[in-house]
Amino acid sequence: MILRVDNLVKHYGAGRGAVVHAADGVSLEIAQGEVLGLVGESGSGKSTVGKCVLRLTEPTSGTIELDGRDITHLSRRALRPLRRDVHMVFQDPYSSLNPRFTIEQIVAEPLRRHGVAKGGEVSRRVTAMMERVGLPRQMLARFPHELSGGQRQRVGLARALILEPKLVVADEPVSALDVSVQASVLNLITDLQRDMGFSCLFITHDLSVVRFLADRIAVMYLGEIVETGPTDQIFAEPRHPYTQALLSAAPVPDPVEQRQRRRVVLGGEIPSPLDPPPGCRFHTRCPLAQDVCRTAVPALRDPYGGRHTVACHLVTDEKIPDATAAH
Amino acid sequence: MTLLEIKDLTVGFDTEDGLVHAVRGVSLDLAEGEILALCGESGCGKSVTGMSIPRLLPPDSTRLSGSIRLDGRELTGLPEAELRRVRGKDVSVVFQEPMTSLNPSFTVGYQIGEVLRRHEKLSWKAARARAVDLLRLVGIPAPERRINEYPHQLSGGMRQRVVIAIAVACSPRVLIADEPTTALDVTIQAGVLDVFRDLRDRLGTAIILITHDLGVVADIADRAVVMYAGRAVEQAPVGELFARPRHPYTLGLMKALPTAAAAGADGRLRLAEIPGMLPSSLSDPAACLFHDRCPRAKDDCVTAVPELAASGPGHLAACFYPLEDGSR
Amino acid sequence: MAELGVKETVAPVVSSGRADRRRRLWRRFRRRPLPMVGLVLVVAFLLLALVGPLVTPDPSLQDYNATLAPPSPAHPLGADDLGRDVLARIASGAQISLQAGVLSTLLAMVIGIPIGLVAGYYRRWLDPVVMRMVDVVLAFPFLVFAVGLAAIIGPSLRGVVFALGFAQLPAVIRITRGEVLAVREMDYVMAAVADGAGDGHILFRYILPNCANPLIVQATVAIPTAIIGEATLSFLGLGVQPPTPSWGVMLTIAQQYLDQAPWLAIWPGVMIALATLGFNLLGDGLRDVFDPRSAR
Repeated sequence: MILRVDNLVKHYGAGRGAVVHAADGVSLEIAQGEVLGLVGESGSGKSTVGKCVLRLTEPTSGTIELDGRDITHLSRRALRPLRRDVHMVFQDPYSSLNPRFTIEQIVAEPLRRHGVAKGGEVSRRVTAMMERVGLPRQMLARFPHELSGGQRQRVGLARALILEPKLVVADEPVSALDVSVQASVLNLITDLQRDMGFSCLFITHDLSVVRFLADRIAVMYLGEIVETGPTDQIFAEPRHPYTQALLSAAPVPDPVEQRQRRRVVLGGEIPSPLDPPPGCRFHTRCPLAQDVCRTAVPALRDPYGGRHTVACHLVTDEKIPDATAAH
Repeated sequence: MTLLEIKDLTVGFDTEDGLVHAVRGVSLDLAEGEILALCGESGCGKSVTGMSIPRLLPPDSTRLSGSIRLDGRELTGLPEAELRRVRGKDVSVVFQEPMTSLNPSFTVGYQIGEVLRRHEKLSWKAARARAVDLLRLVGIPAPERRINEYPHQLSGGMRQRVVIAIAVACSPRVLIADEPTTALDVTIQAGVLDVFRDLRDRLGTAIILITHDLGVVADIADRAVVMYAGRAVEQAPVGELFARPRHPYTLGLMKALPTAAAAGADGRLRLAEIPGMLPSSLSDPAACLFHDRCPRAKDDCVTAVPELAASGPGHLAACFYPLEDGSR
Repeated sequence: MAELGVKETVAPVVSSGRADRRRRLWRRFRRRPLPMVGLVLVVAFLLLALVGPLVTPDPSLQDYNATLAPPSPAHPLGADDLGRDVLARIASGAQISLQAGVLSTLLAMVIGIPIGLVAGYYRRWLDPVVMRMVDVVLAFPFLVFAVGLAAIIGPSLRGVVFALGFAQLPAVIRITRGEVLAVREMDYVMAAVADGAGDGHILFRYILPNCANPLIVQATVAIPTAIIGEATLSFLGLGVQPPTPSWGVMLTIAQQYLDQAPWLAIWPGVMIALATLGFNLLGDGLRDVFDPRSAR
């Protein structure tokens, strides 16, 4: 396993004794060359998990293993050499590049920082990387503000990949892009992933995007993972009522199909992570909730095998709940 | 019955780089009780087209020409004072960001009441009662309690419902919604789209829905106008548009969606890309603006502007070489 | 609203680089009339301060035939009670003003920026401590604080520079810290941390350069405050001492002759007004140029 996160908890203080439960007991694994799609809505804690993996924020408890090595408690200094192997791609192509650096400086920065290359070697590798992400060499002398959103996101990819990392954490890397630009950046990411073989934690709210590029999917709700499994299985047979709701809520671009779909309409709003509901955290919105859901916390189980786990009391050995039939 | 008619709308902005051509001769109409989607990618002019109707554009730098008629009344020449009576009363707007379109210093009830008092001259008491009804109409539970809350006490979805309640407070003829669900989560989005559907069904409000999301268009719109680089390139009833796109750009957009991914030669999923970039908005050439990205372009696409022409029932496309049936 | 429809105009492929950026900023600046007036005033003030003293007579030279003389070809702006040429004294006074303005602002920046950077970046215990101290100092009116400091340090140009420099310090610290707080949340800073960059590198290559614009604006508007401060302290006798011709000193002297020789008060007054107006207009213009959203 390239990445193993075990029972990760992250609580933030929110002043006056209030605590934000951003992540509560998250466990996940990513194998060599695997793309894991971490899916959730706002407040689900998906970005917090990404930041903890990179130690950009300190986990409250739990362990993070990178390539078999526990990095949870490494000092910043001890962590530094390991940063060669993990890089991040950000959502906002406008704020993720230093406006005072040229594109060349931005892409070369990791090389110089880790002393991987010197002199002519730096510019050779930078040029090669630019070519790989589909940007003309003339762009190296420019500043980020002179580039379009899609071009900036390619620069972000070039920076993240120039050290040929083992793991890339991508936090909503295409969400800010237009459809046509998004298509080419997604194609680029899959090409690069196949060629370079890095593992990827792909964080997104958009199910259609993970369906396109993830090998496995983990669905988060209010700081907890509610379901994980191979992408095809999750889409073919979602087991958690929340996953079912999420899949049915995203409108498909086909009016005929869209207008006759059975939808799960979730009542209410996502509860505050300051005070997550007891029992199953989804019970306040779940159309199928029973008494047990309000009191007992469901554990992630794999009742049917196939590495498809789900945390729901209603999933039994005989029966999978169907939220779309609830109304 | 045509409620709103836009003819040859052209909008430019003076900037330090020169005149930016945001909308280049768009014509469209909206029937009573219709939900019309204006869709396209950033820079296509969909928002500017929408905001031209109540003229919510920077007055100093905007150059607007063409005609916008609401119920036969020309809006483009109206002085600001008269336009103010149109805004909120006949035409109202819902913006993308529910966070910033409400005033954080006043309660929800006050903000709805204020609009009612201004346009309908209601008393505070009557306005308050109406506000409760409106909150109920947009699906806010326990409206009697919510009315006394401040925007920060509401979640994003609830806030957007309040914004919609304010927008429909004076029963506008036309509601313009600019990416109303883009800032919301999908499970919340579905509920807010239901509110729009409901408003149309119950109040007969005509809605112009500005969106980049073809899924939303497929879900809720009756008819759609696809825009590209300031021009309307295709216009059709939604079923027809998705079944038989005529303009190569429309088809390109549909095929670029991750849901449309198809396996490539090596068996891996790939998305259809639209090569190239949006043309500069600083020049206004007499050409099809999509020609350099279009697989079907021929010589005349570079030298003449294709006009919107009929190519099916209620279906218009601005293309010299439109796609035939079954090319999807 | 001003960016409607203009936001994703694709960057055209044109000549690029730092020079291009500067050209764009200058073009944006040049189109605005008031900042241009400010620039002209500032340049005129700099010329007066730097070249003026070289081409005018000795400001201490006393011409007893011309005591309190009105403007004339010999003394274009008149002469004072000791027959000293007012033009020469205005030019020398400009030099004093410039020194006081620039040096005190420089002092405030050199000390304040590092404090603001560290407080904003590390937060923890340092930030609240620094900010409470800043609040305490800001509770005193700027001039009252400067007068107090000047009284302690003693009346001289150096005293003025230190008094004004320290009095400007809290504002510089607060602005720097505010900028750092905003910039440190940007993804590119996060990216640098994720790359394993050290604190020094992040502070000086990522954070400081991106705080520079507001600090330049701050410096531009701090200079006129210091110019007024210098004139005030000197007027009160706490600053530059006679016979050194500071504009404040000139006003002190002029008080006694307001009836006979009003120009003695008018010229330094007008100069102080023009110099501060110039820097303030320039500062507003720079603010607009750096951040087009704040314009109008």
